[in-house]
Amino acid sequence: MSDPTPDLTRTTAADLAAALAAGETTSVALTQAHLDRIAAVDGSADAGVHAFLHVDTEGALAAAVASDERRAAGAPLHALDGVPVAVKDVLATTGLPTTCGSKILEGWIPPYDATVVRRLKDAGLPILGKTNMDEFAMGSSTEHSAYGPTRNPWDLERIPGGSGGGSAAAVAAFEAPLALGTDTGGSIRQPGAVTGTVGVKPTYGGVSRYGLVAMANSLDQVGPVTRTVLDAALLHELIGGHDPLDSTSVDQPVPGLVEAARQGATGDLSGLRVGVITELQGEGYQAGVLARFHESLELLTAAGAEVVEVSCPSFVHALATYYLVMPCEASSNLAKFDAMRYGLRVLPEGVDAPSAEQVMRATRDAGFGDEVKRRIILGTYALSSGYYDAYYGTAQRVRTLISRDFEAAFGQVDVLVSPTAPTTAFKLGEKLDDPLAMYLNDLATIPANLAGVPGISLPSGLADEDGLPAGFQVLAPAMADDRLYRVGAALEAALHDRWGGPLLDKVPALEGVAR
Amino acid sequence: MSATSETLVPFEDVLAAYDPALGLEVHVELNTATKMFCGCPAAFGGEPNTHVCPTCLGLPGAMPVVNGKAVESAIRIGLALNCDIAEWCRFARKNYFYPDMPKNFQTSQYDEPIAFDGYMDVEVDGETFRVEIERAHMEEDTGKSTHVGGATGRIHGADYSLVDYNRAGIPLIEIVTRPILGAGEKAPAVARAYVQQLRDLIVALGVSEARMDQGNLRADVNLSLSPKGSGVLGTRTETKNVNSFRSVERAVRFEMQRHAAILDAGEAIFQETRHWHEDTGITTSGRPKSDADDYRYFPEPDLVPVAPSREWVEELRGTLPENPVERRARLQEAWGFTDLEMRDVVAAGVVEAIEETVAEGAAPQAARKWWLSELSRRANDAGVEITELGVTPAQVAAVQRLVDDKVVNDKLARQVFDGLLAGEGTPAEIVEKRGLAVVSDDGALSTAVDNAIAANPDVADKIRDGKVAAAGALIGAVMKEMRGQADAARVRELILEKLS
Repeated sequence: MSDPTPDLTRTTAADLAAALAAGETTSVALTQAHLDRIAAVDGSADAGVHAFLHVDTEGALAAAVASDERRAAGAPLHALDGVPVAVKDVLATTGLPTTCGSKILEGWIPPYDATVVRRLKDAGLPILGKTNMDEFAMGSSTEHSAYGPTRNPWDLERIPGGSGGGSAAAVAAFEAPLALGTDTGGSIRQPGAVTGTVGVKPTYGGVSRYGLVAMANSLDQVGPVTRTVLDAALLHELIGGHDPLDSTSVDQPVPGLVEAARQGATGDLSGLRVGVITELQGEGYQAGVLARFHESLELLTAAGAEVVEVSCPSFVHALATYYLVMPCEASSNLAKFDAMRYGLRVLPEGVDAPSAEQVMRATRDAGFGDEVKRRIILGTYALSSGYYDAYYGTAQRVRTLISRDFEAAFGQVDVLVSPTAPTTAFKLGEKLDDPLAMYLNDLATIPANLAGVPGISLPSGLADEDGLPAGFQVLAPAMADDRLYRVGAALEAALHDRWGGPLLDKVPALEGVAR
Repeated sequence: MSATSETLVPFEDVLAAYDPALGLEVHVELNTATKMFCGCPAAFGGEPNTHVCPTCLGLPGAMPVVNGKAVESAIRIGLALNCDIAEWCRFARKNYFYPDMPKNFQTSQYDEPIAFDGYMDVEVDGETFRVEIERAHMEEDTGKSTHVGGATGRIHGADYSLVDYNRAGIPLIEIVTRPILGAGEKAPAVARAYVQQLRDLIVALGVSEARMDQGNLRADVNLSLSPKGSGVLGTRTETKNVNSFRSVERAVRFEMQRHAAILDAGEAIFQETRHWHEDTGITTSGRPKSDADDYRYFPEPDLVPVAPSREWVEELRGTLPENPVERRARLQEAWGFTDLEMRDVVAAGVVEAIEETVAEGAAPQAARKWWLSELSRRANDAGVEITELGVTPAQVAAVQRLVDDKVVNDKLARQVFDGLLAGEGTPAEIVEKRGLAVVSDDGALSTAVDNAIAANPDVADKIRDGKVAAAGALIGAVMKEMRGQADAARVRELILEKLS
């Protein structure tokens, strides 16, 4: 802690943990500081960042008090004990609303915690609240939230990415040092890219999905959203590992992620082979984004890495494949929202004694937004008798080809890289009426979900033409998440030198935006 | 419902014109301690909605985990049905909306069953039919709906409905046969025998309570007719939830007669689900069921494939009980029963009871007599399963010992059973309390015989003339006077002595 009067909200989680350990601050102080920051800048659907759907002031402070008591007794639960965290509203939290950004779950308070939430609580991290998202994680801008959009702290006129725009914006606006996101096609990494934050999609099965309200079960993964690579490693290690409640979670020890991040931060990547994915650059990518990408490649080379080009020909079909697999699974997952057991119940107008079916129809009509309905229709159609093979079946076969492309590529290189998103943050409303343009945001992030491999996005600097953050993506083989942290931390260190410090130092102060 | 659907063709006429094709789908509720995909108790009953958790209620975010014990039971059932066991198989989602399905999809196996390509040999009237098993797959049960108000007890017309999710997620094994052809007039009996033998097998495996009356074992009967000798399968109907062996037989027979009436009238069979009515013995139209029913099956992404190792499968093969058919043959030989006797014993479901009674020391024929005539009748009268009657094999053996020791005769023994059913104590206590012991005092018997002879001089003369068969009338008279408490054999001896 070099600064004698540090702003607790501008401090990294690793430094906050160190300050707590050194007795220089308390969990109550830093939790309160973040709650104050939320009150100052978060605002509402109408103004401010609007990263949070629910702020749990009381619960967070109670957890902070308990943390300070443990620490005073010399028994902290974890290195991050007492460091507050924000949680995407798609993860079940006992006693806290969990809406998934949808009207259909308005007011639903789960009777159980998601495994990742349980792990946060068991480690003593106060939960600041639940962050905004596109409804059921369907979107790339957070504009599809039923509760109004989140705004990008770099420019409140712009989108923060999606679906996890709330978690990314909360971290970028210094409302939380750490957040959990979920990534089905890029929902952690793409918001990371456009808000200048670090986001990691772990290996499929590396983190429990129990309590994550599924969009597409075979693609979803929970991961960390932070301001530094080291912080992401700390949070990832905490939430990762086998969970008997999720049979798709891998029963293998989580590799040493924090260690990999610390090693990478030394800046030495000698011997590392880096593959630039031919298919994920060039046409459709903003010039400033590509410029920052190539600059990062030079920094990697300078750190001793060998950079080569690698072709993954099936990746051009990734978007189409994703938009079959995901809606198929989603259409089935969302069938449970039928007003019978929990959540919204809408009675049809002008019907005296409505039947169960009429109530289901009325509720689903009123409770789901257009993007959700679009995907339910797509998925229902694609799974229908006579179409199943052509759509779902073909998509699964292409998925296998994409996995094979990854296997072949990882036979040649240690990690693959690409720009995270093709553009910087676009204006709110700009692509809302053009679903295809919106879907293209996830072009570079989707292949990792289809193959189950891990990926990280970290800020590569600001694009020359608009001064907005661009993202750099690193992908590694399944269960080799440690490589993301080694490469990410090395690049992060080089970029700090290039930009004269963390990129987020340049984010507007935002004072008064909440009105 | 078309007018002709209520008309029936006499059974013999059906057979003259048509060949029946049968298919049976039997759902077996496993007796695992916990549900298929969560840790909730799988016990029958319980206060409504108390055996539930986020997973079996389908709460957002909750995930399933496969019950290893259920997989084990499924494999054992598969092996006992001579099936191949999949090296790798998955669960799928069967998507449809219904309030008793918490997720609005049922997690079930679809095109990758755990067991497939098996058979069971079924015996009917000494003839063996090989019933081919297409598959046995794992799935979860739904919740139980109770529709209140309205005439039919179904959701349409009900004032409101109650759903109990205790049953949701209980492991089921669905066993599906291939079409059973060539059974002809025996089709109803083959259907019954198959379900009955399957139940015996399930009981022997110990994987289910297999009580049809409690819905642990539910049979759906598929039936179609084809013009005799044509070999072309006709349109089928599926009669759901036929809940007793007898009903299986009756339902097949009824549907054969109903189909024939429709076909004879030149109309087409409508592919549909039908409901069986136990009271009236008829089926009525349910919902249309066509191949157009679109459940949008796809592999369940929240579960990893089930891949039982060959070592485990072989280990489980080693735990299989004796095949019920072979076991029956062994017991028949040991007991010295005729084919007919054995068939009746099997049909009445008293093989185990007789086996245990014999083990308690009774002669096989005596055990057969009590269980088959006396106790089955009483169970029928009371409308309960014979095993639920409350009389144990040990008690039956004790009663028979009293008969062997000439303490009571058969007729008095029936009164001992009355006492047992009334809970009056042990057989010996009942004899004591009810004063049932046979009078063995020859003095009293001799007087009664003299009285009978005096009262029936014509009969007495016939016996003196050598018509020994006429003695029955005198024995009856003596027994009447003795209020049944006499040994008929001894009475006969005395009569013949006195009239020789």
